[in-house]
Amino acid sequence: MKFLKFLGSRLVTYVFVIVLGMTAVFFIPRFMPSDPVEAMLGQMMSKSNSMEPAAVDAMRQTLNENFGLEGTLAEQYLGYMQRVIFTQDFGPSLTMYPVPVKDLIATSLPWTMGLLGVSTLISWLIGNGIGLLAGIKKDKAYSKVLEGVAICIYPIPYYIFALMLIMVFAYIIPIFPLSANFNVSGFSWENLKTIVWNSILPALSLILTGTGWWVISMTTLSRNTNEEDFVAFARMKGFKERTVITRYILPNTVLPQITMLALQIGTIFNGALITEILFNYPGIGSLIYRGILQADYNLIMGTITISIFAVATATLVVDLIYPFIDPRVRYN
Amino acid sequence: MKHWNFRLKLGVVILLVFAVLGFVLPIFHTGNVTEWNTYPNNLKPSMEHFLGTNSLGQDIFWLLCSSIQNSFLIGLFVAVLATAIGVLVGLAAGLQGGIADRIIMLLADTFIVIPSLPILILLGSLTKGTASLFLIGGVLVVFNWPWPARQVRSMSLTIRESDFISTARFSGESTFRILYKEIFPFVKDWSIGNFINTVLVAIGAESGLAVIGMSSNSNATLGTMIYWANQHQAMLGGKWLWIGAPVVAICLIFIGLFLFMTGQQQYSALRRGK
Repeated sequence: MKFLKFLGSRLVTYVFVIVLGMTAVFFIPRFMPSDPVEAMLGQMMSKSNSMEPAAVDAMRQTLNENFGLEGTLAEQYLGYMQRVIFTQDFGPSLTMYPVPVKDLIATSLPWTMGLLGVSTLISWLIGNGIGLLAGIKKDKAYSKVLEGVAICIYPIPYYIFALMLIMVFAYIIPIFPLSANFNVSGFSWENLKTIVWNSILPALSLILTGTGWWVISMTTLSRNTNEEDFVAFARMKGFKERTVITRYILPNTVLPQITMLALQIGTIFNGALITEILFNYPGIGSLIYRGILQADYNLIMGTITISIFAVATATLVVDLIYPFIDPRVRYN
Repeated sequence: MKHWNFRLKLGVVILLVFAVLGFVLPIFHTGNVTEWNTYPNNLKPSMEHFLGTNSLGQDIFWLLCSSIQNSFLIGLFVAVLATAIGVLVGLAAGLQGGIADRIIMLLADTFIVIPSLPILILLGSLTKGTASLFLIGGVLVVFNWPWPARQVRSMSLTIRESDFISTARFSGESTFRILYKEIFPFVKDWSIGNFINTVLVAIGAESGLAVIGMSSNSNATLGTMIYWANQHQAMLGGKWLWIGAPVVAICLIFIGLFLFMTGQQQYSALRRGK
């Protein structure tokens, strides 16, 4: 019963997040002073000055249809929500007409999820490992150095690391290519090597900043747990240090770190967007950027809606799984 | 000063240096720092141009100072509003309870989960990099009030049940006085930490947006400075001061803010212990 109540409240938040996010995505463009359709028409007319008024009108009509700009605002809003929720239809991409936006997103999403998944996992493992060490051996010099380095790394945003890595490893010491190349099709070891090689810098920028936070929080957690009575008791019982760490300290420190992971999904995703753009990494971030540069509104709306949906879903999943992992948390 | 820990001291020193760079030095500089071709292009650092000039003919040092100023102003603007709204809403929700509390917390949870950057990018793309810094600051406020609101609410829930509040209420104190005299002191230390963190988050968000050209491109901020340097191939041309100066400044400012924040928390924790 309690679980159902918990599930219910989480689902209400989840639905609310998505509806509010989509509403924002729908209304923000409509409150802007410039009309995207007129802007596009203006752009086209300035490129070719021999367009007949009838042709312009026809084009205006098609564009309005494609944007879902017909009817009253309420009709447009309901139509948009209906299309997106039931058919995930964001219309065709306007610059790569008639490829549906849905297809473009489908090819980019695995890239983003792969990059984020791998780099988040690596930084979580490395960071918590270092943090645990620095917390337990708190009097050692290396612990202080590690914590100091983490404090200097953590507050620096992802994209600054991305820029610094580009400067150092693509310009000053040119080990990596200036512009990443992911133009590979099909699966072969050669292609996989290209992908991994080109993903190293973007992944590294995400891993570095991510690691900083895990080191800082894990150091504090494990230091505090290490001073708890039950740990002292375990030591007095004569357990090996290894057993004390894996059986007594680790379980009590890892769980809060999983909660933090859930809370940070949104932030990590934000960071990944800019990193992708800076590295030309072919994920959702670059797709959003391409949409922006080419004024492809269907593409922008689609990618941003998907981003909100992905972050909300990931957060919900971690939230729901969490009580199964941590016996101390009951659904409330 | 005597009880200040190392982090707090170092943080304050770093922030003071940047406060001087951003708010004191620009008083001595006249002229528009963002105007192109004010000086000859690509001069080497000299006594006249401390960091040289860039290929747009701007003085890098003065551009940097003014960027620091604008970035800080955005951070402070967002932090002041978000903290004030968050603390007030959180106190109200916690003390009022009931349906108002539920609705406010549902809203707060929603804004915490929605990724803010895509929404900001959408805004930036629609205004084509000409959004005013106020608009961007305003949107950042919308995304940053929920954190203090949530925290302050749970604090005030705890405090509401404590004896000294009942005593105050029964002795006929007004709700406002109870809020101000009895509850606020508890919330204050936490709010300072949150305030600094929001400055950090806001500067970070605006710079990130600016780096990809989606902020306010015509205004000098640390992010737009990087954007223009990138646009003009500063890395390819080896103009490291142009792109390096804002990058180093952002790093140092963030480290300074973070040290100040954690140092302040240690400091107030110690003081509470006395």
